[in-house]
Amino acid sequence: MNNTPELLATAASLEEAAALLDAGASALLVGDDRFGMRLAGHFTLEDTAAVVKLAHTRGGKVYVSINGLIPNTMLEELPAYVKAIGELGVDGVEFGDPAVLAAVKAEAPGMKLHWNAEMTSTNYATANYWGRKGASRVVLARELNMDEMTEMVPHLEVEAQVQVHGMTNIYHSKRKLVASYMSHQGRPSDGGSLGKERGLFLIEAERPNEKFPIYEDENGTHIMSSDDICILEDLHFLLKAGVHSLKIEGLLKPVAYNVAVVKAYRHAMDVYAADPAEYAFEESWLDEVRALQDPERELSFGFFYKEQVY
Amino acid sequence: MGTMTKPQFKGKRYRLDRPELLAPAGNLEKLKFAVHYGADAVYIGGQKYGLRSGADNFTFEEMREGVEFAKKYGAKVFVATNIYAHNEDVAGIEEYLRNLYEAGIAAIIVADPVIVDTALRLVPGLEVHLSTQQSTLNWQAVSYWKEEGLPRVVLGRETSLEEIAEIKQHVDIEIESFIHGAMCSSYSGRCVLSNHFTDRDSNRGGCCQSCRWKYDLFEDARPEGNWVSEEEQAEAPQALQPGITQLPLHQPEDNPFTMGSKDLCMLESIPDLIEAGIDSFKIEGRMKSIHYVATVVNAYRKAIDAYMADPEGYVLKPEWLEELQKAANRPLNTGFFYDTPDHEDHIYEPEEKAAPYDFAGLVLEYDAESGMALVQQRNNFKPGQEVEFFGPDDTFFKQTVGELWDEAGNPLDVARHPLQRVRMKVDQPVAYFDMMRKRK
Repeated sequence: MNNTPELLATAASLEEAAALLDAGASALLVGDDRFGMRLAGHFTLEDTAAVVKLAHTRGGKVYVSINGLIPNTMLEELPAYVKAIGELGVDGVEFGDPAVLAAVKAEAPGMKLHWNAEMTSTNYATANYWGRKGASRVVLARELNMDEMTEMVPHLEVEAQVQVHGMTNIYHSKRKLVASYMSHQGRPSDGGSLGKERGLFLIEAERPNEKFPIYEDENGTHIMSSDDICILEDLHFLLKAGVHSLKIEGLLKPVAYNVAVVKAYRHAMDVYAADPAEYAFEESWLDEVRALQDPERELSFGFFYKEQVY
Repeated sequence: MGTMTKPQFKGKRYRLDRPELLAPAGNLEKLKFAVHYGADAVYIGGQKYGLRSGADNFTFEEMREGVEFAKKYGAKVFVATNIYAHNEDVAGIEEYLRNLYEAGIAAIIVADPVIVDTALRLVPGLEVHLSTQQSTLNWQAVSYWKEEGLPRVVLGRETSLEEIAEIKQHVDIEIESFIHGAMCSSYSGRCVLSNHFTDRDSNRGGCCQSCRWKYDLFEDARPEGNWVSEEEQAEAPQALQPGITQLPLHQPEDNPFTMGSKDLCMLESIPDLIEAGIDSFKIEGRMKSIHYVATVVNAYRKAIDAYMADPEGYVLKPEWLEELQKAANRPLNTGFFYDTPDHEDHIYEPEEKAAPYDFAGLVLEYDAESGMALVQQRNNFKPGQEVEFFGPDDTFFKQTVGELWDEAGNPLDVARHPLQRVRMKVDQPVAYFDMMRKRK
């Protein structure tokens, strides 16, 4: 038997949330900039209440990201925030720091806990460790390859979530690296924002065709991948392996693009669910995504088929 | 560099009455130097599960020898098992940890909870310290790991002295902080530049230091793209030309963008670190030379001992700082201890990679009557050259190299053979294990 997995998408606004649900997303990931990192957009408690209502009336779920690297000062605000979103009916929380685990258990034990330590969620045994501490899901590192992911699933005592589309974070510093560089240049403020709306990017000398987005916010400096993961062509491997949640990262993308992506994955998942044995990917499913894809960003398999050394 | 004011933060050490000086040891020989020059503990890498796949890591046999050597000085040996494990790494963890324990290793430094958990459940004699790779920043997280059974946490390098003192107030646990050496400019563990640029897995020891490469900064200027201020358009009129999709945010004469950080140096802030209650002062550098390890350990050992002996009368000696400069290969700063690093804390200019001094010779024997020393050659030296002798006790002087002889008494125009045993006259008494350095 095949339970259709969850199709999870990040939402930058209530409008986008509605559009993504319409397009076929079955869960949404949102958050508050104080506690979540690299969010597609900022959701106040009021927005969160609205998105929960919207999603729940359509049978969808809402998860809140509290995956920040948490300093002492944030510990004071954390319990009240966790309690508040618990009362709003948020279905689950993404966490990396044990302080969040403790806050959810104390303040809103009804919410599910999804362990997401980004690039450091790399094996089944550690996922099961967090499972014993209360987590019900692991968000796998994007640097794992297909074999590592699919071989992991039978060993997992928790659900697995895999990012199937979009950009990934490749470097995060507490330092304000863009502002520092501008100060070094003697142009300490060029009048523009250094945030994600600015469209700043880095180019490394030997890779002139790869643009790595960079931005600053209250969490420091973030550098993002130059390509967008797109696993649609080989999605059936993940579906067959029994991955529970497929995530579409919509950070730094227009709503129309994210809607097209969700539709494409929804379609593939529905076709697979109807008849896994006869399932075959069709190139045309990606036409709309390709039409809207930033021509300067490659759609790639990410690390799904890479062999890494160390 | 840090200011020399009265320490503001008061904290209490957890198990130790003096702060531990913890030094890196990339191999057995470096371990011996680190310990002899004053480290209370050293950390090394084994053949597996460590983050320096390029270092010549210890076999279990070498670990036993290292532990034996350290024991004579009352020093401990820790092993960094600080990778983030992949599925294929899981199966061998228990056996590996048992072997470490049997080799006499006092503690492991661990990032991945699966290794923490395996050690706590199955190898109870082996102490577990949480690695800085976990980027632990707050006292509740520290408290969580204490309850799990860890007596020590190495905090994220982003914690300030104020935050460390706060953590100390809330949790009775040992805190280990990096006080000297190279730093990830990212949150440790939260960087996969290496994976993206070279397919080398940074969190399993393959880091190729892409943060120190040079980059150009641009802004998207496509019509459908992002916001560009009027001033910027005025400054860069090419943005208005058709076909231009990116605006450079650098002038031809500018240094390129980089994430590369200056190296950490807290020697001037020893009183602050001690009074804040930091239990272990950690020096970075398992890949660094013997000369580096000995010089840096020596300087911190002297500063810590001087402060512990007489906190009120403590004065930082300029010569300790000068010593550090002889081993440094990058400019230095105080990291996040006092404030968040800014433009003065990164290295935009072209780097001079090499430290200014070389290890020239190791003193094997000294004869007080004749003033003759037997020196093992570590780098070329010859008569007429200026050299310095230094050691963990009182040895510290400059001299000009006089005549040189081999062990058979034949005069030498230059000590050119690696590990050659050379006799020479020294101006002041020296001791076994003292080092002779020369300017490059």
